[in-house]
Amino acid sequence: MSIVVYIEPHKGKVKKASLEAVSYAANIAQQTGTSVTAVTFNIPQDCISDIGNAGADKILNVEGDIYSNTSSIKTIANAVTDVVKAEQATVIVFPFDGSGQAVAPYVAAKEKAGIIAGASEFPKINGDTLEIKKNVYSGKASAVYAINSSVKVISVLPNSVPLANVGKTPEVAAFQPSKTVSSSVKLDNFKINDDVAHGGVPIPDAELVVSGGRGLKGPENWGLVEDLAHVLGAATACSRPVADSDWRPHHEHVGQTGLAIRPNLYIAIGISGAIQHLAGVNGSKTIVVINNDPEAPFFKSADYGIVGDAFKIVPKLTEALKNFKAKQ
Amino acid sequence: MKILVPISQVPDTTAKISFTDNDTELNAAGVTFIINPYDEWYALVRALELKEAGKAEKVTLIHVGPAANEATIRKGLAIGADDAVRIDGDGDSSFVASNIADYAKNNAYDLILLGKETISFNSAATGGLIAGDLDWDYIPLATKLEVDGNSIKLEQDADGGVTEISAALPLVVSAAKGMAEQRIPNMRGIMAARTKPLQVVAPVASDSSIKVVSFQPSAGRQACVMISEDNVEELVELLHTKARVI
Repeated sequence: MSIVVYIEPHKGKVKKASLEAVSYAANIAQQTGTSVTAVTFNIPQDCISDIGNAGADKILNVEGDIYSNTSSIKTIANAVTDVVKAEQATVIVFPFDGSGQAVAPYVAAKEKAGIIAGASEFPKINGDTLEIKKNVYSGKASAVYAINSSVKVISVLPNSVPLANVGKTPEVAAFQPSKTVSSSVKLDNFKINDDVAHGGVPIPDAELVVSGGRGLKGPENWGLVEDLAHVLGAATACSRPVADSDWRPHHEHVGQTGLAIRPNLYIAIGISGAIQHLAGVNGSKTIVVINNDPEAPFFKSADYGIVGDAFKIVPKLTEALKNFKAKQ
Repeated sequence: MKILVPISQVPDTTAKISFTDNDTELNAAGVTFIINPYDEWYALVRALELKEAGKAEKVTLIHVGPAANEATIRKGLAIGADDAVRIDGDGDSSFVASNIADYAKNNAYDLILLGKETISFNSAATGGLIAGDLDWDYIPLATKLEVDGNSIKLEQDADGGVTEISAALPLVVSAAKGMAEQRIPNMRGIMAARTKPLQVVAPVASDSSIKVVSFQPSAGRQACVMISEDNVEELVELLHTKARVI
């Protein structure tokens, strides 16, 4: 018996969210006296030590070009399900990120397993029941759920649990799924966003995010946000009105109906902090708010605030950060 | 081609969230309930656009929940769905999904289009569960969806770029921001919604294996430290030494 954990295939690398999922699986294995089997797809040799370090005892590597070039959740989920059967796994752990977020429920349906998506802490285990905490109501609350199905699927919210550092050397074996499930789904093309092509960080992965709202008055002033982000090595984001008036693309909208993010630092410039915006950013570790309205509700949900004209403050802050970086 | 749009009922985006019954139930007092915005603004509206463009014959709403939720379902009919189905039951996401999958299979739907997640549970699980139950493929987080007969073209935001995907029906697709714009129902739609068919179906047996132990409202942050606009260096210092984020 083992705990199976899904490692998201990602351009020949292993993302931190997948390693956190391995650490989560290792925590359950330690509590239950079982072991951790990671399922990988065409994993490069140099990623194996990271997966072992995070707590995997064994790696079953599914080989075949089809798995590196597919957007089919069905194809991937069927391979994972075969590993689950081979390992007689009772708990299957995924990152709540990228393809893991979608493969997890698919596998849960196939295995008739209960699913908790977005676990934010290690579980409490009482016999066959796992108690798992997750955020609900878009970060306005958290819930503890008890799950008692015979097979359990758990996906782990990125940036929520500590990475283990146990230095295991996992045994690696090739795994052949019982059949390759074909799919009509074809990946036609990938167009990288301009900012990422020029060295920017994709917003969901960014540890630092600078965000602008209506207070910036128009798209011509966006350079203010970009200059500050550039000095920090941060991604840029925006509030809903900014995306809806097409100053910025939709994929930069953070908030309840856009993207929910949890960076280490979120700097909000000219954003009043409506409850819908907060729901997308309230998981940030540190929040800085710059706004000319001292009554802006965002100050009540921020760690640091500056009241004043963003057009004066932001260039000064950018300059101060440049000087700080130069001294590092 | 028939489209099935699963909708959830959630507290309004501005709702203050609190709990009752030993913190095991949402306190519904004073809370307005709405259709989950991802289901309504993006999935339902895109389904209606496809019908208007002659790419789909029918758009059906499906909801798993008690009779009290019918007002929310009628709102979806007012926006323009042709008819609606309410599965008369309640349970965890696996229960909801298996009931929707069962209805889709027995009534020959080709495309199931739903929001990427609910703003209440944020699990993003229902689409994948339905697809797994039906053994269909699943395309999550779509920002564009075009239909031409049996062929589907989609775009997905991922990894700092846009992935273009083609596929064939049947499919489950989850919708993210960008797919469509919110529509406000007009008076004619609201009147028409009153008489549109809303069928009530008994649930198929499926055990819920998940129970709430307790809910807890999120703790607020410590009071905000205000910094003078003439002293941004202090902010840099605090971010470095105190918050330790730079």
